[in-house]
Amino acid sequence: MKNEYIPQLSTIQEVIRHTDLEYTFRMEFNGQVKPGQFFEVSIPKYGEAPISVSGIGEGTIDLTIRRVGKVTGEIFENYVGDRLFLRGPYGNGFELDDYRGKELVVVAGGTGLSPVKGVVDYFAHHTGEAKKVTLIAGFKSPQNVLFREDFAFWEKQINVIQTVDTAPEGYQGNVGMVTKYIPDLQLTDIENTAFICVGPPVMIKFTVMEILKLGVPEQKIWVSHERKMCCGLGKCGHCKIGDTYICLDGPVFNYVDGKELID
Amino acid sequence: MGYQFTRAEAERIFGEWTRNYDVFAPKLMEGEGCFSDTDIVRYGKVTSLDEIVWDRKSDYSFKEVLLAIHETLFYFTEDETTVPKGPQRDLLIFLRSCDLCAVQRLDEIYLKNGYEDFYYARVRERAKFILMGCEMTCASGFCVSMGTNRAEQYDAYLKVAQDVVYADIREEGLKSLVTGGKEREVVPDYVTENQEKVTLPKNLSNESFANGIWKEYGDRCIGCGRCNFACPTCTCFTMQDIFYKDNERVGERRRVWASCQVDGYTDMAGGHSYRKTQGERLRFKVMHKIYDFEKRFGYPMCVGCGRCDDICPEYISFSNCVNRLAKEEMDHEK
Repeated sequence: MKNEYIPQLSTIQEVIRHTDLEYTFRMEFNGQVKPGQFFEVSIPKYGEAPISVSGIGEGTIDLTIRRVGKVTGEIFENYVGDRLFLRGPYGNGFELDDYRGKELVVVAGGTGLSPVKGVVDYFAHHTGEAKKVTLIAGFKSPQNVLFREDFAFWEKQINVIQTVDTAPEGYQGNVGMVTKYIPDLQLTDIENTAFICVGPPVMIKFTVMEILKLGVPEQKIWVSHERKMCCGLGKCGHCKIGDTYICLDGPVFNYVDGKELID
Repeated sequence: MGYQFTRAEAERIFGEWTRNYDVFAPKLMEGEGCFSDTDIVRYGKVTSLDEIVWDRKSDYSFKEVLLAIHETLFYFTEDETTVPKGPQRDLLIFLRSCDLCAVQRLDEIYLKNGYEDFYYARVRERAKFILMGCEMTCASGFCVSMGTNRAEQYDAYLKVAQDVVYADIREEGLKSLVTGGKEREVVPDYVTENQEKVTLPKNLSNESFANGIWKEYGDRCIGCGRCNFACPTCTCFTMQDIFYKDNERVGERRRVWASCQVDGYTDMAGGHSYRKTQGERLRFKVMHKIYDFEKRFGYPMCVGCGRCDDICPEYISFSNCVNRLAKEEMDHEK
């Protein structure tokens, strides 16, 4: 029987610095991974933290990490060539088939862009596979913008609305919450749309409210939930909401089920 | 097969078992209770029948035999991880029917729900269970209401009555160590009525969150988590890394029992947390035991042992809480 708790060492291939607090670690990994899945990343002595996959490459996965806790603080002390322990991937992830041929709108807030970034990347590289793709990405301020290089590429391939909550005077880009841009979406066929919404709980709540106002049925909305997942295996109980284990049944949920998940 | 042994015969057979198995049973730990000069009954290794407490329910369950309070998952030495050895001998665990029903709940989480747990599985496959009957009900238990007053999945049943010991031994390994005795029919003692009776509410849902009962109980709860640790079906844990003071390059990752009632249970990096009030936590626990688990697995989690009621320092009664929910529902329907 496989001992799922044993992590494997993985070498850091590249470190991409987005902000002082947010880096992407490109890690060596061979195996099947879906966007929206997560890994338990650990450093002996500091512990494990669940981190979602923000990119999938040839023999690599990206882990975009915000320096906010004990484990993540220590991960930032590591650079290219160093090794971290990984186990995973866990969770269901996004099913690309749910979005193929659809008018896809991805609404992401802050690091919430990480779990869904694999989906955006995929359709930016395969533009013919979705009817139209729109990304509405919100960040706190211009300094907090993540994935700048990716945005440059996405802007050429798909419809991108990047916005910040607040900005200093003279800022050229969009200022305002992501919800502001939803009523203006030009959807050609509501029945053939798909929405993905990822971010802090309060952002998900208000974003979904706006989406529903457009007349989009609940089953065309997907959300991803963030919880403390100690084991990722359906054992430790920390991520349970009602009868749902976020680590096994999620973190990606169709909104029909996702709306029932109340703490 | 049923037997009647003399006490001497039973002691001899038990001696054979202890040579072949590690035997765990409820033991009286004198002076180790929570208050000074009080005793406690909890699980430990026994070597004779006399050490086993038959006339009192254990304050803590058998759970810690299968799931250690803190269990080393592996040792770190630089880049290497080393998994500690599992049990070297088979285990015999003495327990009552409510607790034997709790084993099914532990199996559900640790062997099924998603992945099979390596550590639990390797102990579990070596564990044999010896049922201790209940001639009469304990004060706080409500096993009859939960349907856990009888448990059939035992490897052996043992009853010590003065100079005579009755046994029903089913498992071949245990049977092979039997000598002497008279064959006869033996049916385990079980209770058919408890003082505590519980009716489960039938229509719980997310709407039940608004019930004022949670705030009321929550105001009394101090969030100590003792109910979780006494519960034979609570399975939560937290991962923890420790490193040795004498050599900071060497350490271990372990898992430690966790409580959904205690601060920090839902804390995420960056400071987010969920269910901040004791009322919300209590609601989470109660609904898990009698509603959420059943929704997922088809039967309630609670086995009605009553230990949570016995151990609560604030005298919060789980059974009373559940009955009130059911009564409110019935009053509402009228």
